[in-house]
Amino acid sequence: MSEEIKGMIIDYVKKEYLEDDSEDEIDENTPLISSGIVDSFSMVSLKTFLEKKFDIKIPDEKATTEAFDSVNNIMGLLKEFNIN
Amino acid sequence: MGNIGSYDEKYKNFNWKMSEQELEYGKNGMYNLAYYCCDRICEKGNGEKMALIWEGFKGEESQFTYHDLRRYSNAFAEYLQEIGIRAEDRICLFMDRIPELYISFLGALKMGGIVQPLFSAFGEDALFTRLEDAGTKAIFTTKKHIRKIRRIRDRLPALEKIIVVDAGDKPLEKNEIPFSMKDAPKPEHFDIFRADPEAPSVLHYTSGTTGKPKGAQHVHASIIAQYITAKWALDINPDDIYWCTADPGWVTGTSYGIIGPWSNGTTQVILDSGFSSHKWYQFIEKHRVTVWYTAPTAIRLLMKDGTEAVKQHDLSCLRHLISVGEPLNAEAVIWSREAFGKPFYDSYWQTETGAIVITNYPGMEVKPGSMGKPFPGITATVLDQKTYQPITKAGTVGLIALKPGWPSMFRTYRNNREMYESKFKAGWYICGDRSSIDEEGYFWFVGRDDDVINTGGHLVGPFEIESALLEHEAVAESAAVGKPDPVNMEVVKAFVALKPGYEINADLELSIMNFIRKKLSPLAMPQEIEFVKSLPKTRSGKIMRRLLRAKEWGEEIGDTSTLEDD
Repeated sequence: MSEEIKGMIIDYVKKEYLEDDSEDEIDENTPLISSGIVDSFSMVSLKTFLEKKFDIKIPDEKATTEAFDSVNNIMGLLKEFNIN
Repeated sequence: MGNIGSYDEKYKNFNWKMSEQELEYGKNGMYNLAYYCCDRICEKGNGEKMALIWEGFKGEESQFTYHDLRRYSNAFAEYLQEIGIRAEDRICLFMDRIPELYISFLGALKMGGIVQPLFSAFGEDALFTRLEDAGTKAIFTTKKHIRKIRRIRDRLPALEKIIVVDAGDKPLEKNEIPFSMKDAPKPEHFDIFRADPEAPSVLHYTSGTTGKPKGAQHVHASIIAQYITAKWALDINPDDIYWCTADPGWVTGTSYGIIGPWSNGTTQVILDSGFSSHKWYQFIEKHRVTVWYTAPTAIRLLMKDGTEAVKQHDLSCLRHLISVGEPLNAEAVIWSREAFGKPFYDSYWQTETGAIVITNYPGMEVKPGSMGKPFPGITATVLDQKTYQPITKAGTVGLIALKPGWPSMFRTYRNNREMYESKFKAGWYICGDRSSIDEEGYFWFVGRDDDVINTGGHLVGPFEIESALLEHEAVAESAAVGKPDPVNMEVVKAFVALKPGYEINADLELSIMNFIRKKLSPLAMPQEIEFVKSLPKTRSGKIMRRLLRAKEWGEEIGDTSTLEDD
């Protein structure tokens, strides 16, 4: 299940934040926010994606740039909602 | 006591000639500002001094002395001439914060071009609007961003050259040419274009309430203000290590990310990466940054990660901290004292002013939450909204206004003289912001005087967002307003009425958000969408944006009949 979720988030990041012919490779450890792939404004659309996909509400205090900085970090955040 | 010395004394006796004399502006008939950012520093015997230390996200680093800056910018200037670019042609810079961005800025100015830096996160619509309006002839970009240009270039007949600075072996398409700064010949001498002090130099686009973004045109003489404000307000010296976190796609990134520090012969460091508290602190510690110029949004993000994160690093190198882009709240000033042992000094200015106009100064008491006092040479006041006469009673809110004539003032909006002239009332330039002045002459920001949204220190025009929203297949009508946000001051909220046949579902909100992010920019993306059946309108059919905004801010709406008649 967790591999499936990771794959889904990676696919979403690739589709929404990278150009079609981007040479950037994304895996579960790739920094997203600190690398600039997803800027702090666009983080909101990633947050909305997760909220809609898993029917959860991520409170602002948990939606930190650190919590969204890699797919693995996001998985850690989702774990708090019993999604893994 | 900082470089400014006694503020009161400087304010009383100041004349812009003092800055011109220090800078030797106009010596031997040279007014081109690029000369003062590198060649002059070299002629003063400081060519071996480090001008730029650049660090990429992965830790890669490159360094450039003032000699390098001079020769590399000569390379850009010579190349532009070779490919047929002429004085006053518009040259867009559309790149991330890589060394080529900073150095091509000087190169383009050296050959007399008008530089048009654009934020690399802009989507194709935002890019198209600005390139079309400017009639841009050449654009510097990278592989990462070229697809956005390819999608619009056929609609841009003036755009002749697309210069890719990192093309490598990658095949290029029509009108695309590779240019490698590293491999290009770097002439020791380049005959710098003899620009008039009033000749156009930098073109920055800024958003308004209505219509398309406007190109604020600056001139070479702006350096007179940028040099002295960098020295007195940012308090930078040649021996400082200075870090400005702003992107040169915005005015802070050119006035104080290029012109101000380099005309002062300072070493500046650049980090080309996204936000991360840890990475930022590490960067300051590694490079021993002494002067740090950043934005309230960034400070509030740092606050979110707490003082513990600060304590993991030795940041004792920091000497002076300044903030710009939106009002710096008192809590952030107080937190900064606790975290760094010194306050952030707020500064106020805008694209049109070209340089800091109101700020807090070293040696002057900082009142947390205040914008500070006018820079020497700047006559600032608040005006009555109806009569445009200065308000004399302390604490009364009015329109922030400046007496025209400071050197870095914009000279026009490109292709929109009428809009430019509308900014002046009763002999004052109206900034579009409201504030009060206390009994000691400190300015206190209240808010915008129009519907423009200030998000994360950047102005976003509601009209541009609403126009783009209408391009989404599901949107019938929309309104974009700023809603309060604890980190970004304001974020975009869109009210959307759907076309018949479309229903609100889980994916639609996300689809609209991403649509705007890609078309315009992440800043313009609505962070919240409220679906409504219809939007409140005036009798003439105009959407009552102010009513929606007032609701978001919990403000009294009062009698809406006047709004209905707008």
